[in-house]
Amino acid sequence: MAKKQKIYGRPEALSSSVMHYCAGCGHSLVHKLLAEVMDELHIRDKTIGVAPVGCAVFAYYYLKCDISEAPHGRTPAVATGLKRVRPGRIIFSYQGDGDLAAIGMCETIHTANRGENITVIFINNTVYGMTGGQMAPTTLVKQQTPTCPAGRETATMGGPIRVCELLNTLDRPFYIERTALDGIHGILKTKKALLTAFKAQMDEKGYSFVEILSPCPTYFRLSPEDSLKFVKNELSRHFPVRVFRKEGVVIND
Amino acid sequence: MTGNEALAEGAVRAGCRFYSGYPITPQNEVPAYMAKRMSECGGTFIQAESELAAINMVLGAAAAGARAMTSSSSPGISLKQEGISYLAGCQLPAVIANVQRGGPGLGSIDPAQGDYFQATKGGGHGDYHTIVLAPMSVQEMHDFTINAFRLADKHRIPVTILADGRLGQMMEPVYLHRGPPPPPPPKPWTLTGARNRRPNWIRSLLVNEGELEKHNYKLQKCYHEIARRETRCEEMHAASCDLLVAAWGTCARIAKGAVLAARARGWKVGFYRPITLWPFPAKRLATLARQVKGILTVEMNCGQMLEDVRLAAGGEAQIFFSGYPGGKVPSESEILKTIYKNTRRLSKIRTRRPE
Ligand code: SF4
Repeated sequence: MAKKQKIYGRPEALSSSVMHYCAGCGHSLVHKLLAEVMDELHIRDKTIGVAPVGCAVFAYYYLKCDISEAPHGRTPAVATGLKRVRPGRIIFSYQGDGDLAAIGMCETIHTANRGENITVIFINNTVYGMTGGQMAPTTLVKQQTPTCPAGRETATMGGPIRVCELLNTLDRPFYIERTALDGIHGILKTKKALLTAFKAQMDEKGYSFVEILSPCPTYFRLSPEDSLKFVKNELSRHFPVRVFRKEGVVIND
Repeated sequence: MTGNEALAEGAVRAGCRFYSGYPITPQNEVPAYMAKRMSECGGTFIQAESELAAINMVLGAAAAGARAMTSSSSPGISLKQEGISYLAGCQLPAVIANVQRGGPGLGSIDPAQGDYFQATKGGGHGDYHTIVLAPMSVQEMHDFTINAFRLADKHRIPVTILADGRLGQMMEPVYLHRGPPPPPPPKPWTLTGARNRRPNWIRSLLVNEGELEKHNYKLQKCYHEIARRETRCEEMHAASCDLLVAAWGTCARIAKGAVLAARARGWKVGFYRPITLWPFPAKRLATLARQVKGILTVEMNCGQMLEDVRLAAGGEAQIFFSGYPGGKVPSESEILKTIYKNTRRLSKIRTRRPE
């Protein structure tokens, strides 16, 4: 009999705790990718994460690295403090769309504008998951949520904010990419984007930002499978999946 | 040097190597001074995009193990309350300087003492305190800041320096602290990367049943310990007077002069000044209240410390109040007049009383 060889398993940096996320949620997938990236780059023991307020608030239960909490939206400010005191460590901030694009928009823009040498992971699922699926800055036009029950309309609520495009107007970011968890291909691309982002930080190149279009089956009110389709067909249409900035240079589409 | 500069230099000499702040009058000299000094001593200075960002940068820096400080003035401190509550919940040491101005709202840019409640009763959400130190001279702006960092590290607690625009702006000679900064205790809880140890978490979210209660009892135990060991006050003729004048900060400094002037006139007046506004030196005041006939509280507000004075006195002495809530600093002669008025009130009470 041929000798057995392990080709795939739980990443070292991922704890064995059972995650609290809903079935089909993108957070668990991104956590796993993040853990794989930490393993592959051998940086778990010099990484410090900042967890958001929102569904991923318990990130420390799952990722085996040092982690701080932050008040809602202030994650990049906390990450800035950590990085300036420990410039040799790898600092990431992990945020949802309410955290990053609503309450924390100010910190988001200014941290990017300073070109802090940190990595920001932005989970865009168009809703506030933790508090009950309310409208987020990224909620699509006509999308229904408890706080826009008739669907989002632009006349009084504005349109979905495209964060990558916004950050791409600044001079200092080094790397900006948007990916989508819409199938195997999208997942692999997301991992590659995370690798690029962390490598940029390790090489002290500056601010790296990865937006991940992610399913929230619970508040899309769709099955996990249909949620993926929603990400692929609807979300990616409004939020084009691509590299916006590479090596500090704006990439035109 | 100005009070603001003395405070900033105190921070540097206390080993502060991280400062983030946002401009607001009358404390702008603090960030300006820190911008220069942090670059000289290899520390970090960040002009943050807002007070919220500033205090949360301090949170990150403290979590990473640095001695970190931010400063602001009243409306800015209101914005920082969110972060201060988190610092308290996460048991992170940090120093927050409030060079008070008039309020509520935008108020004025003149000195005031309207943030006593906010500083001593929590200010942000939840069951917490910060140690609150109230300097009354430029020298104390310097010395108290050094002590603030020591206390913060010792008890893993945010410490507030509650000054005001007058103290921040006025100039006096200062003896600068010499020698090494107070040595920080070991900080095994800091976030440094989980090398050869289990990951560290900095958090205040405790949702499992009973966890938060346990945490809050732990915080309260720490507060009791601080109250027992770190409570400070200053007094003068306090145990041998009829009227005790209680004041803090700038008001205390002027009241002290007024008390001396009153004593020179032969009036039986004493002086009492809390140095730690929280923990409030209530025990000592309770003892004094039994010995004196009246306590006059003088503040640049409508009666905030007054409540703690009343509580401590427990009905044992007559309580009088004189307040200046408009951003005006009282003069020594004004306080002297008030003292005179109230000693007369006291003697009337005495003469009316049957023996
Ligand atoms: S509510 Fe949405 S984002 Fe939150 S855990 Fe459930 S699926 Fe994930």
